[in-house]
Parts: sequence; structure tokens; C-alpha cells
Amino acid sequence: MGRAFKLGDGVSTDAIIPGRYNVTTDLSALGKACLIEARPDFAATVRSGDVIVAGRNFGCGSSREHAPLAIQASGVKAVVASSFARIFYRNAVNIGLPVIQCDALFEAVEDGDTIDVDVRTGNISAAGRTFQAEPPAAVALKIMQAGTLVDLIKTGGWAAIEEV
Amino acid sequence: MGTLTEEIFSRRLGRRVRAGDTIVAPVDYAMSHDVTTPLAIEAFRKMEMPLWDPERVVLVFDHILPANTVAAAGLHKLIREFAEEHGVVHLFQEGICHLLMVEKGFARPGGIIVGADSHSTTYGALGCFAAGMGSTDIGVVFATGRTWFRVPQTIRIELHGSLPEGVYPKDLALRVIKRLGAEGANYLAVEWGGEAVAAMTIDQRLTLANLTVDFGGKAGLCEPDEVTRDYLGEAEVSDLQPRDPEYLQRVELDAAEVEPQIACPPAIDNVKDLSAVEGLQLDEVFIGSCANGRLEDLAIVARYFEGRQVHPRTRTMVVPGSKKIYMEALKAGYIESFMRAGAIVMNAGCGPCLGRQHGVLAPGERALSTSNRNYPGRMGSANAEIYLASPAVAAASALAGAIADPRRVI
Ligand code: SF4
Repeated sequence: MGRAFKLGDGVSTDAIIPGRYNVTTDLSALGKACLIEARPDFAATVRSGDVIVAGRNFGCGSSREHAPLAIQASGVKAVVASSFARIFYRNAVNIGLPVIQCDALFEAVEDGDTIDVDVRTGNISAAGRTFQAEPPAAVALKIMQAGTLVDLIKTGGWAAIEEV
Repeated sequence: MGTLTEEIFSRRLGRRVRAGDTIVAPVDYAMSHDVTTPLAIEAFRKMEMPLWDPERVVLVFDHILPANTVAAAGLHKLIREFAEEHGVVHLFQEGICHLLMVEKGFARPGGIIVGADSHSTTYGALGCFAAGMGSTDIGVVFATGRTWFRVPQTIRIELHGSLPEGVYPKDLALRVIKRLGAEGANYLAVEWGGEAVAAMTIDQRLTLANLTVDFGGKAGLCEPDEVTRDYLGEAEVSDLQPRDPEYLQRVELDAAEVEPQIACPPAIDNVKDLSAVEGLQLDEVFIGSCANGRLEDLAIVARYFEGRQVHPRTRTMVVPGSKKIYMEALKAGYIESFMRAGAIVMNAGCGPCLGRQHGVLAPGERALSTSNRNYPGRMGSANAEIYLASPAVAAASALAGAIADPRRVI
């Protein structure tokens, strides 16, 4: 159970973590800089278990993995968006940040609403309603089950993906 | 059989590969730069395997060069130590990674390259399948030499006719982005073809392939042809071409009907005819980047600047994309024209494109850039405005101190 931080369409990786703040691999520094200009109150108010709800093309732009890492480090449990930019989605899956595609949620949820996301089943309850997320593609599911891409390839080799 | 993408993967895997297939493929090179390499190194170390091939990893210092803070210097140091420890052969600090991948001959027709930078699509201009990924993917490639792809479907963009005076590939790309939207090619490959592309130089095609990711494309490919062969200086260009391709979508555009375009804040797909915003005063003009920092781009700007002065209200910065381009521009007299005109010429690299070192924008300022990104906060304050256009528009605007149409500069 957490609160929804509602963002709009086309939230770029520049908005999630501007270039000036990603000169580090320190996770807590990244977490503190998450959405620092786009949503200045974010880092100070976000609590473990909160959920980012966004519109289309979330994570567009730069391939910087600092973006999903910053979100993960901030304590956010999952990002639910109407659609994700390809590289961001792949990066988030690779590091074990739950990213969930659900088109219907965006219109239904207000900023600050209580929201609960079951990242395994894709069941979302918010605003007194329930929503079902789109199932992830086969490879994404495999990586999610393993934890991270490194975990999957280290234990199963590329065969783990070739088999899907 | 199939699209350029399907052809490339089928040849590489020795079996028929179709869009929608999930495959694991070997890559020719894995590239990462000063911002993305540290996280790639972390992922690589977690793999607990030796480096797959020290000759096929390309590391570039370009995003923050030279380092401007202790933190940035620390990243560079970490990367240098990694390169030394593993005997990485290709470590460059002489320009933007994407330009070097082409200049140094890593990108070849039919090749497969992955880079820890979204604009890795650039090498598609030579008929190479090249996609951007994140650091973890690249770190795993460092360890295994392979990665997985879901073979994308393709949008075919046919650019007919020829470019009118004052109109450039950047304008065509922006026009396409306007039509398809910022996620129009998400998860898809794009093929750029038609007579306008056939007539383009490689520098020009590189601009199209570069901007492909800015409407979501996973790869942006041009068919290799005689122009490619001449550019590469060898007879190695294969017979790579689409064979009986099935495209998801075809987009037709008559280049002759395109006017100079401009992407307005806050997003790449907020594209207008230049005339809609002409006259807006500018605080900064940035000429450079992997979209338009090549020699032909600088030649265009030099032509406008020759014998003129940039407007004193506007700081104009020119950043040649690579050392090689810089030196050629020196020889051709372009650098002198820029400096005589009052522009600041900076060392080869990403420069102000990503707002991390110099040319940073204050709140309320307005910039025109030849790069590919105008998200709020990209070049400094989130309350600054960034407009994107061709080098010709940038040059004319630097002279006027305001957004101006190059066709009216006599
Ligand atoms: S020039 Fe700009 S867009 Fe290109 S690689 Fe550098 S920062 Fe990225």
C-alpha cells in the first residue's frame, strides 16, 4: 500500500535525473536527485512502497540507467505507465525495478491516491477500483523472475533467453 | 529475405529470422561512454567473468570532457583503471562516441553494434544494425559478447524528390517526427529510403539515423550503396538490401515540399514550420552534437558566418563533433570564420548538448540547438526553452540573435 505520484506524458530521463546529477554510481545520491526539477517535492516526501503513475512514453530520451536506479533507490515500489520508452523499460527490467503497463490507470488515478500494486500478478487497486496490467513479454518475465539480467545470465546463461 | 533488419540478423545467425522472433546474437562492438561505463563496469563485475574481447569494447570520454568536477574526474579515473586492468584497446577522448564509431571504421554494413547511449542508432546510416541500451545490458555484453533482441518490425520512410535550398536532412527528420510523434517508432526499426536518401552524403544520412531514436526507433537504417562504398573506401559493401520486405507502415514524404522545421519546447515532436516562431530572441545558439556536429554541418555554418558577426545578445558556441572534424575544419578555414564572427569554439565532444559542463542555461533563457533533445532541463534550468533546428537555421539565428530563416540571409 502506498501513494500515487502522478506524472504526465513523455516524462524523459532528463526529467527523472538531469545530466548534472548522474555523475555518480552512488544509489542514495541518485535517489535524492530523482525528479529533482520536474517534481522538487518528490525525494523529500516519497515513502517506501509509493508508486509512480504516468502517461505515455515514460522514460523517453537518454539511455542513462541512472534513471530507473534513481527511482528504485527513492523507495518507489513500481512504475505504472500507459506506455514506456523501449530503453527505459529494458533498463528497469534489467535492474529489477517493476515496470507495469496499464493504459486505464492514468485517467482514473489522482496524485496522492492510495494505490496497491501486486507486481507479480499485475493487479492494481486504486481509487476504489481494480485494474489489470498488461502481461510483460516473455523475456521481461524471465528476467523479472530471476531478479535482474545479471542474475538470469549468470545462472542460466543465454540459453535462459534462447528458450523463451 | 525481409527487411534490412531481418536480413542482417538472418545472415548473422545463418537462419531465417523474422520480426517478432526473440534471438540471442553476437555483436561486433559494444560501446559505452564516460557517463554510462561506470554502471556497465558494475554489471560486468557482478558477472564474474573475463572481458569477452578487449578489442571489441569501445570506451569514449565525450560527455564530460575534460572533467569539470571532482566527481566527473573520479568516473574517468575508474574507467581508465578498468581499461588498463582488462587491456581495452579502444579508449578515446577525441570526440562524440557516435562519430568515432563511424570514423574509426567500427560501423560496417551488415554489422551489429550495441552502445550504452540512445543515439547508437546513428551507425544505421551505413547499413549496420545498431541499437542503444543501458549499462547493465552493455556490461553483460562485456562479459559474453552477446545480447538478446526481439527482432523489430520496420517502418519504411520514403523520402521523395530533392531538398530545396535552405532545407536539410534535419528538417526532413523533424517533419517525420512531427507526423509520427515522439513514440511513433517505439520498439520498431526504421528504414530511410527513397531518392532523397539515395542522393544524400553519409554525413547527411547519419543525421537521419541519429534522430531515429528521438521518435522511439530501435534502429534507423539506410541501404548501403555506392555512396557508402566510396565513404568506407573499400569494396566491402555487401549486397545488403531489403528483399521482399513486409513493412508495418510506410511513410511517404516529398522533400521538395518541406520548409525549414523547428522542434519547439517542451518535446521533440512539437515541430513547427520555422516561420511560426521566427523572430523569437535567443540567449544561446549551440552548433554541434551527434545529430549535426559533422564537417558538412560546420561548412554550412561557416558559409553563413563568413564576413559577418554573430549577434552580441546571443552566446554562440560551436563544438566540432570530433578531433578529426575539428582539424579538417581548421584546414578549411571554418574555425577561423567562427571565431572571427564572434562564436566560441570548444573542444570536440558533446559540449552543451546535455547541460553538464558548459553552455548551461539559466531559468527563463532561450536556446537554439542543432542537437536532438529539447526536454525541459536538458541543457540547464528546467525553466529554460530549447529549440532544435538545422545548422543553417542555427547559423542564421546566431547572426540575427533571434530565430531566423536561413533562406533570407543573402
Ligand atoms: S551529443 Fe548529445 S545526444 Fe549526442 S551523444 Fe552527446 S549528449 Fe548524447
